[in-house]
Amino acid sequence: MKDWFGRVTRQREFMIGALVVGVCIAMTFASPYFLSSGNILALLLGLSVEAIIAVAMTNLMVAGGFDMSVGSIVAFTGAATATLIVAGLPVVIAVLAGLAIGAAVGFFNGFIIGKIGINPFVTTLSSLSLFRGLTLFLTRGKNISGLPDSFKEIGQATVLGIQTPIIIAAVLIIAGDFMLRRFRFFRQSYYIGGNERGARLSGINVDRLKILAYTLTGLFAGLAGIVMTSRLGAASMTAGTGLELRVITAVIIGGASLQGGEGTVFGAFLGSLLMALITNALTLLGVDVYWQTFVIGATLLSAVLIDQVGKKRAQGTVARLPDRSQQK
Amino acid sequence: MPDYILEARGITKTFPGVKALDGVDLRVRRGETHAVVGENGAGKSTLMMVLTGVYRPDAGQILIGGKPVSFHSHEAAVRQGVAIVYQELSLVPSLSIAENIFTNHQPVNSLGFVRRGELFDRTREYLALFDLDTVLDPAALVRSLSPANQQVVEILKAISTDPAVLIMDEPTSSLTEVEIVRLFENIRRLTARGIACLYISHHLSEIFEIADTVTILRDGRFVCDAAVKDVDEDFLVSNMVGRTIADIYGARPDPASLGPMRFEARGLGRAGVFAGADLRARSGEIVGLAGLVGAGRTELGRAIFGAEPADTGTMLLDGRSIAPRSPRDAIGLGIGYLTEDRKTQGLFLDFPLSANIAANRLKRLSLGPLVSDALVDGAANAAVREYRIASGGQGKAVRNLSGGNQQKVLIAAWIGIEPRLLIVDEPTRGVDVGARSEIYAFLRSLAARGTAIIMISSDLSEILGLSDRIYVMKSGRIAGEIAGADATEESVIALATGAAGGASQ
Repeated sequence: MKDWFGRVTRQREFMIGALVVGVCIAMTFASPYFLSSGNILALLLGLSVEAIIAVAMTNLMVAGGFDMSVGSIVAFTGAATATLIVAGLPVVIAVLAGLAIGAAVGFFNGFIIGKIGINPFVTTLSSLSLFRGLTLFLTRGKNISGLPDSFKEIGQATVLGIQTPIIIAAVLIIAGDFMLRRFRFFRQSYYIGGNERGARLSGINVDRLKILAYTLTGLFAGLAGIVMTSRLGAASMTAGTGLELRVITAVIIGGASLQGGEGTVFGAFLGSLLMALITNALTLLGVDVYWQTFVIGATLLSAVLIDQVGKKRAQGTVARLPDRSQQK
Repeated sequence: MPDYILEARGITKTFPGVKALDGVDLRVRRGETHAVVGENGAGKSTLMMVLTGVYRPDAGQILIGGKPVSFHSHEAAVRQGVAIVYQELSLVPSLSIAENIFTNHQPVNSLGFVRRGELFDRTREYLALFDLDTVLDPAALVRSLSPANQQVVEILKAISTDPAVLIMDEPTSSLTEVEIVRLFENIRRLTARGIACLYISHHLSEIFEIADTVTILRDGRFVCDAAVKDVDEDFLVSNMVGRTIADIYGARPDPASLGPMRFEARGLGRAGVFAGADLRARSGEIVGLAGLVGAGRTELGRAIFGAEPADTGTMLLDGRSIAPRSPRDAIGLGIGYLTEDRKTQGLFLDFPLSANIAANRLKRLSLGPLVSDALVDGAANAAVREYRIASGGQGKAVRNLSGGNQQKVLIAAWIGIEPRLLIVDEPTRGVDVGARSEIYAFLRSLAARGTAIIMISSDLSEILGLSDRIYVMKSGRIAGEIAGADATEESVIALATGAAGGASQ
């Protein structure tokens, strides 16, 4: 099984890792400010929210799934938690409720996709609007502020000078990477993404695992929403807008594909880190900020192109017969 | 005026590891119905793909009306007068009859807009061919039609390109008896208009009813062609099956040496698919499940495995009542199922051998909650050794293996769960003869260790050579049971096609 993650996957992690190191070295020379702890911490803090979601999104995309609604879940859980706190609920209860809401939205997505069989793109695109809409309703277009310090601690406290969101993200990335790599339970995600019908005939409970993968994604998005709200000290109706695309981009740069069956959490983290580094570098170098999105797009495209070329070469020239069953 | 409207000479087509066609000839006269018969894997479908420009032959020549042609694409074949009605319908259900018939050659005006009036009028002319112009509205959506009428639209779509030859691949597979009679009427109308009809079917009785000439293929080679009126069913069968059964199947064990009853199904059924199936398999026994494609064999196998569970009947495994509702349940009970479709339902093509071997027994290859690389690699190495799999290096995706080696990976995976009952569905489909005899040996030795095996197969020689006992299915029911030693090609085909008139027990 070592070889399973070998070759392609490790190649991808190596490639992105090398790029990350390369950018870091270049930036150290280019800007004296780059290596300062202030800049590094700001950079990590900036990517912590998307990295938290990327952990669960990796598992989901490995299983062949996909979730467009995570940005809306972030906003919705943040607003819901803030509303509950403002209404007088104890912080612990409100946070647990927020997590439960995130998980429930994920379950909602997973149930529709796994049991009813609606396509993941359409389902989660609907959820993207549904829960952004509910957020707007909940916030009435205004930020929900006036949150107690005990809640703000979650996202603003520091341990040894490091902000809690970074620590939360790091713990989840390390644990998630280990679990996805080694746990039998999560190994099943690779089989589902590799060949869903084959996985079912191999005795894997495909429906249940798919629903669970969406639920986990919702839960992690919910956690990200709470962390973000706490860090900002207020729930914003626009929180997490466009976040889904950044998360999915990071996961794909890190080695996953929309077909499923491949990808690692560590790779997704590297993808996220690479995007943040590029943004940071462009800012420090004084490049017009409007180029940043363009460069992210170019990075994503290069990563998948290089990967495709590598796979073609590894496979050699294999005759592919037209598949009658898919011809219809 | 040439003798033949369509002639193929020495068509050869090789796929990696398989010579699908080896110097095949075909001669079709204008306006005749010409049947092509052969066992599964004889090369019928590949030949049709070559004739319709989907595959390019490695060698050989195709002539239409005496003139050599060469098809660079399917479209080129259609332009030059070869059309095909696919076994699986290729219509767009959400479009109208007219739009389906004239998919990419709808009449348009100078601005490129479709002329609906003309489109509908011409559709009505086509429907009138089969006396359906007053029954069906050209604007009706295809999804609102019965399967038989959908097939009519499919045929009209093929005819709308004005072909000289119309190929029909298993056209009766989704039709009822009454609809088949109407289809034959329609075929006669087409041949009366000078269109030659190339008819592929497993149902030999249909061939005697509709065809003028028959070409027999076997193992990718041309055996003979003959006028249907000059031959009988025995002639077709013996030429289709042909070879004498060599000992690639190994020796059958003495029936007395078989173990106790391992599996028993009573009155198993699934609505609309199969019904009333009684089936027994003893420990150590290989039970053949024969029948035509569509007789319900795979569905019965998948029901026993819980993939699409049975909704009536009972099952016993080692005397205990079981009711698997999912493959997961079945595997837990010690039942395995090797799918007939290894590429889309069996293997994880982009994963290496080790991951494929581990798929159905992750739990056994784990320590606590963690998958053990050592155990997985150990299982993979053992499989490579024991089943002599040319894996091309451990990390290589199984996509790159030959058909025979891919099949051995699947066999290894299923033998790996140490099944009490193993159902194998077309265990040697697309596998070359060498790997085939190895697979038979693996199955025989698995049985010798006490596993009961149910082998679903369309390959008659395999059914006859390997089975200790044979069940034959026809139209969703078990039509009869024959002891392996007594069975002949004729007796199995007779039960499968119903030519014998009744079931023998």
